[in-house]
Amino acid sequence: MLTDQKQGPYSSTSEAVRMELSQIDASIRSAALFFVISAIAWLMMGTVFALLVAVKAHEPNFASSFEFLTFGRVRSAHLNAMALGWASNIIFAVGLWIMARLCRAPIHHKGILFIAGVFWNLGLTVGIFGILRGDITSVEWLEIPKYATPLLAISYALIGVWGVMAFRFRKGAHVYVSQWYILAALFWFPWLYVVAQVMIIWFPARGVVQSVTNWWFAHNVLGLWFTPMALATAYYLIPKVLGRPIYSYYLSVLGFWSLAIFYNWAGIHHLIGGPIPVWLISAGIVASVMMVIPVVVVGINHHMSVAGLHKEVWRSPTLRFVVFGAISYTLVSLIGSAMALRTVNEITHFTHFTVGHAHHGVYAFFTMIMFGGVYYMMPRLLKREWPSSFLIKLHFWACALGITIMIVALQVGGWIQGLEMNNAEIPFLEVVQNTIPWLKARSVSGLFLTVGHIAFAANFFWMLFAAGAVRAKQGPTLLDSNEGGTA
Amino acid sequence: MKNLPLLFCGIFFALAFSFTGLILTSHIQLGSLTQTTETLEATDDLDENGMPVMVMSEGEPLYPASPVGLAQQGKEIYISMGCIYCHSQQVRRNEFGADIERSWGPRQTVARDYILQERVLLGTMRTGPDLAHLGGRYAGDAGRDWNHLHLYNPQIVSKGSTMPPFAFLYDVRKIDGKPSEEALTFPPNSEYAPEAGYEVVPTRRAKALVEYLLSLKINYSLPEAPILE
Repeated sequence: MLTDQKQGPYSSTSEAVRMELSQIDASIRSAALFFVISAIAWLMMGTVFALLVAVKAHEPNFASSFEFLTFGRVRSAHLNAMALGWASNIIFAVGLWIMARLCRAPIHHKGILFIAGVFWNLGLTVGIFGILRGDITSVEWLEIPKYATPLLAISYALIGVWGVMAFRFRKGAHVYVSQWYILAALFWFPWLYVVAQVMIIWFPARGVVQSVTNWWFAHNVLGLWFTPMALATAYYLIPKVLGRPIYSYYLSVLGFWSLAIFYNWAGIHHLIGGPIPVWLISAGIVASVMMVIPVVVVGINHHMSVAGLHKEVWRSPTLRFVVFGAISYTLVSLIGSAMALRTVNEITHFTHFTVGHAHHGVYAFFTMIMFGGVYYMMPRLLKREWPSSFLIKLHFWACALGITIMIVALQVGGWIQGLEMNNAEIPFLEVVQNTIPWLKARSVSGLFLTVGHIAFAANFFWMLFAAGAVRAKQGPTLLDSNEGGTA
Repeated sequence: MKNLPLLFCGIFFALAFSFTGLILTSHIQLGSLTQTTETLEATDDLDENGMPVMVMSEGEPLYPASPVGLAQQGKEIYISMGCIYCHSQQVRRNEFGADIERSWGPRQTVARDYILQERVLLGTMRTGPDLAHLGGRYAGDAGRDWNHLHLYNPQIVSKGSTMPPFAFLYDVRKIDGKPSEEALTFPPNSEYAPEAGYEVVPTRRAKALVEYLLSLKINYSLPEAPILE
């Protein structure tokens, strides 16, 4: 039994510690539930948008008579529904919950947190409608029209401050690695967002300074918002479920600071070959390559933390997803560093390869870890177990296979597209047509992901409406055997 | 980690570092770029490196030219249709990609080309071709007709394209008396042509969009980016 090996401040069988965690969970329950439900609603909405654009990419006449369903708008609705709807809501749920637990600080005045959450989702709904009706800004990752963004910024400020407050009123001297990541991300994201809004939308900077700002922002949404939150979640859950501490404290320090220093310079690699000063591009390339350090360091740290316990990882719904995400982090980041090299970028830039890469990061890494986070958090918030291990397995396999098919299809197809595009003897129309089989494979992968998301949502709402209440007595829902252990 | 002031400072300076290095510095370097003549003339004065000080040629037109009229409105349509998600507007230098070989522009584009644009639409995707020089490739009335047909349904002039039709920017209406001068002229026996007695006319939005597309031209040199013959 694993529970006997538990030690350290992050995992305890002591009644007093469990009681305290229980009280913290209770204090954040309603707000966290609201964020998870919103996140899942946006995930489903974003999936519908995704299927539409995936099909439109190879069947241009599909639903083409409706202006609001034109490719550029639905694609942007998909991106914003996923980035600000699914990803940010799930960050608010899982991130704030982990922060409160690690700070051993119950959330006070949770009503305000709840209301801020309502306004965040309201602002986003207005924004997505705005995109579809044609008020889209056509600035990548900032498509939401001007009339909805202030609401988003204000509600973010009210949500983010809760994490900082929990940190301010923390108990105990030690600050765990997850807390650094969450604290930093809560602070970085609003800075990035406000600067980008001001310099691109409200008071446009001159010429391509906008583009530089745009990619500084957009790449950092991934690098300084999604990535730290997913890493914080992985750092929290791996020791929790396995009942042993993280392999190396020093590697986690090195990983954190090297990410903080290098990642935020990397976004300029989206403008390689573009009309901006070459020194900016070179700085972006150097930073992108330096990202190998935090990635390898975190990879080693995570790998060593789970080494030898593969059976436990595979059995736990939480860790099966988290480890899939952690492995994807290493892969996607190393590919990303390679893509920043001029000779590689000359081929991959402007192609579907980049789209595949973006999904590799946001989905195979970030989203999979967050799924793991939800599988761990919900039983503790609701005091119920997941009703169906079959649905969890279906969720895992559909998503794991789906995203793998998508990445392979878009990156192989995109590489071919790039090689052909750089050969002026091949007519452009031929280049376009040669991408179609790969885009069809992407649509198939979308069906897999849809199945996974439906399984996840079904299990979640089944659990929410009490069906799992009885299972609590038998112990956690595991995927392989009934030997016991932590989910 | 227990040294919290250090943690806060680190978190703050990490981002402040790139904000200064990338955003503020590029603003300082590029924020004051102005229009200029195609070539510069040397004067008798010398700069600190002993090179002659260069000045703009008097009486020559300034580039990039200011956008005008309907084309400016058309850019709003380009933005609201999300064209940027499949079309870039930047030409990479010779030998880096095949942009110039594909006639997407006679020279690479540089920062100064974009200074008068309130919204810069460089784009990062080429599901379709680059449009920085579209108006140079499809000029005049022939270019206008081609673009209208292509927007109405890309298959008419570009069979096999994956671009969606923008037919909702056009009115299909019954010919009342004399046909409209603006009506689209379809190739003979085109399966996309309207029924006999009907015509396809561009709405104001379609006209503005096409004027914008035709206005996209790199037909001028800049001192830092001359068009080489």
